[in-house]
Amino acid sequence: MTDPNTLSPLDLETPDKTFLDANELVINMGPQHPATHGVLRVILRLDGEKVMGLECVIGYLHRGVEKIAENRTYTMFNPYVDRMDYVAAVSNGLGYCETVEKLLGVEAPPRAQYIRVILTELNRMASHQLWLGTHALDIGAITPLFYTFRDREEILKIFEKYCGARLTTHAFRIGGLQYEAYDGFEQDVKKFVAFVTPKIDEYEELLTTNRIWVERTKGVGVISAKDAIALGVTGPVLRASGVKWDLRKAQPYANYKNFDFEIPTGQNGDTYDRYLVRMAEFRQSLRIIQQAVDGLPEGPVMAKVPKVIKPPVGEVYHSIEAPKGELGYFIVSDGSTQPYRVRVRPPSLVNLQALDVMCRGAMVADVVAVIGTLDIVLGEVDR
Amino acid sequence: MQPIIDYITSYLGNKTQTPGAAGNLFWAFVYILLVFLGLSVAVIAMNWLERKILAHMQVRLGPMRVGPHGLLQPIADAIKLLLKEDIMPAEADGFVFWIAPFIVVLAAFTVFVVVPFGPTHAITDMNIGILFMLGVSSLSVLGIVMAGWASNSHYPLIGALRSSAQMVSYEVAMGLAVVSAILMTSLHGLGLYGAGGVGTGDTGTLSMIGIVQAQQEQGVWFVFKFFPLGLIAFFIFAIAMVAETNRAPFDLPEAESELTAGFHTEYSGFRWSLFFLAEYSAMIAVSSIAVTLWLGGWLRPFPNLLHGATWDLVFNLFPGITFLFLAAICFYSTARMPKHPYFKIQTIGLAGFGAVLGLIGLALFVPAVFIRVQDIYWFAMKVAAFMYLYIWYRGTFPRYRFDQLMKVGWKILLPMGLGLLILTACMGMRSELRHQVVEPLWHRVANIL
Repeated sequence: MTDPNTLSPLDLETPDKTFLDANELVINMGPQHPATHGVLRVILRLDGEKVMGLECVIGYLHRGVEKIAENRTYTMFNPYVDRMDYVAAVSNGLGYCETVEKLLGVEAPPRAQYIRVILTELNRMASHQLWLGTHALDIGAITPLFYTFRDREEILKIFEKYCGARLTTHAFRIGGLQYEAYDGFEQDVKKFVAFVTPKIDEYEELLTTNRIWVERTKGVGVISAKDAIALGVTGPVLRASGVKWDLRKAQPYANYKNFDFEIPTGQNGDTYDRYLVRMAEFRQSLRIIQQAVDGLPEGPVMAKVPKVIKPPVGEVYHSIEAPKGELGYFIVSDGSTQPYRVRVRPPSLVNLQALDVMCRGAMVADVVAVIGTLDIVLGEVDR
Repeated sequence: MQPIIDYITSYLGNKTQTPGAAGNLFWAFVYILLVFLGLSVAVIAMNWLERKILAHMQVRLGPMRVGPHGLLQPIADAIKLLLKEDIMPAEADGFVFWIAPFIVVLAAFTVFVVVPFGPTHAITDMNIGILFMLGVSSLSVLGIVMAGWASNSHYPLIGALRSSAQMVSYEVAMGLAVVSAILMTSLHGLGLYGAGGVGTGDTGTLSMIGIVQAQQEQGVWFVFKFFPLGLIAFFIFAIAMVAETNRAPFDLPEAESELTAGFHTEYSGFRWSLFFLAEYSAMIAVSSIAVTLWLGGWLRPFPNLLHGATWDLVFNLFPGITFLFLAAICFYSTARMPKHPYFKIQTIGLAGFGAVLGLIGLALFVPAVFIRVQDIYWFAMKVAAFMYLYIWYRGTFPRYRFDQLMKVGWKILLPMGLGLLILTACMGMRSELRHQVVEPLWHRVANIL
């Protein structure tokens, strides 16, 4: 395994020689490329099909989310966070709301916490489904995409019924929820759990024991636990390397300490293990949702929070386990209605740093597989 | 005038040969036109079927807008492609860029000169038929390399390199499988046919028609001959032919997620459609080779088990029944069409299409017709089964990586093919081997002991 500290930067100054007299080929993968999941630009230096090194160029989707926060009130900024990791908008909202709540010193009522857990776990499944579909598509299996999107649709329907939005939900408010769960919410969720459980076996049937899938993913994009920790990688990517680190257990937030679930881990830190870890997370999410829906308490869904949110002077860092890894918010308050500074620690950006380590010496096709397995969302990488 | 009419009718008089083999230019030309037409229709149908079948495998509907159930979609696509702006990259090598798609199409279509749709239903019958097919079909790699090179762009170049490496390496395994099938034309357990076995005076053949006739005379499709050797050879060929035509799971040259579109990234409009046409006709071509070599070509299934005049008649009715079945599907779908004025034209169109299919089906019940199209029908059906497999593969498998593809080709298929070739030869000569090698050896050993 390549030591990330000894990686030499790419030599991009030397002009590209013609095809005839150079063995190396510099290829620009992206920003418009079907497999870079948005507008990621990867500069590849190739020797034939072998990757000598690569460099990521990001920022094509930069919208200055953190700067916008400085000019909005705490409440007004809440919908903006949905636009970062737009496939896991609920998780983003949860992280932001909890951080501000921590700053304010309030806590959401139990019923709100439970509904938050249900929606967040549903969103984790939706995010993983999107990951599975696109990852399989990158490796050439086109069918799983349609299966996962069929089932993701059911999750989005629940979101739509709950808050009217499917993707950028803005489901949570600082201090709890704006909306009480609609009539039949519990039945819908239970029905979904019953519906999706066999579907996950269906995805696995297509891929887990498929020879080509195993060959394409086993031993590809290996990252050791040491390297993963050194690079700050979190989420399923870290867990697949054998590190049992899940913020839901390590630093329980929301109501997660009340639920019984396991942290799936892998051993080899390769693409196949990351796939297995995420597939296992599907099932753990279902367990959490089942428990949460069974034990859903009655009561208010909004804590006592002033109409105008004016947190005391101070700073706070709070992080949650988003589908892609540790999603942290660091908020500095100067006592006014607007944050002095908001800094987001996006899991995708940090995980993307591991791309170079994972791809050196691999083939071109592996780069695509590794980008897929890192499960990046460019909205979150660039913010 | 009279000599010309005589020339034309003379072929019809004793129709025991293909027009090419009989040296009749007029009928050869007619056959070429027919094959070209049939192939174009097949590619159009395949285009529509692939979309629909793949869509239904993937819980979606596929084309539904242009025509009833999207039946006119391929035509709409063809019009779109023809009307599209013809873009040539500024840095491209103009002449090579222009000629590359033609070479690919030429190679894909020329192959059909020797494809035997029936004992006399082929353009010509060459005594080196199978060699001709393999040789011409591998010419298409030249066009692909030219396309990738002339585009003067990174992704097409990589696609072209992948494609050429892939086609060249899989051709070896494919060739070995073909050789073992050719061996079977002349070998049975007692040695060479010509050397005093079953009644043919022949000692094996490379002619496509001859290969099918050999299967007919030996009473066995080569896929079942020397079980399981024929089957293994067939499987090697079936894998290699997917790689040869750059289809999933071996579609690396046009791996969409890696190389955008591979060697034809820079092509658009009509030029691109030529590549498309070539790809599909190449699929049909290699499937025809497989059908001819292992699945008994135009022969109907179960000729030994279900023989006699009654069974012949039953099998003769199959073409008509197939078309009637398709017509019935059309009528069923017509009945299920939404009862809305907006769908009126579509409903009428679907019913009309069903009626046309039904009429064709009825026409196929006329003895004079079904006797003549029988061979073509069974051949087309077998090829269609392969086409379905191609679609099925595409819906199921992820894509191989380049090095894995090479590994499968050189380390698995090639040694298997070689071993198979030797085993087939031994199997064919087993009585000779016993009499001339094993028994003398055994006697010698016994004497020493």
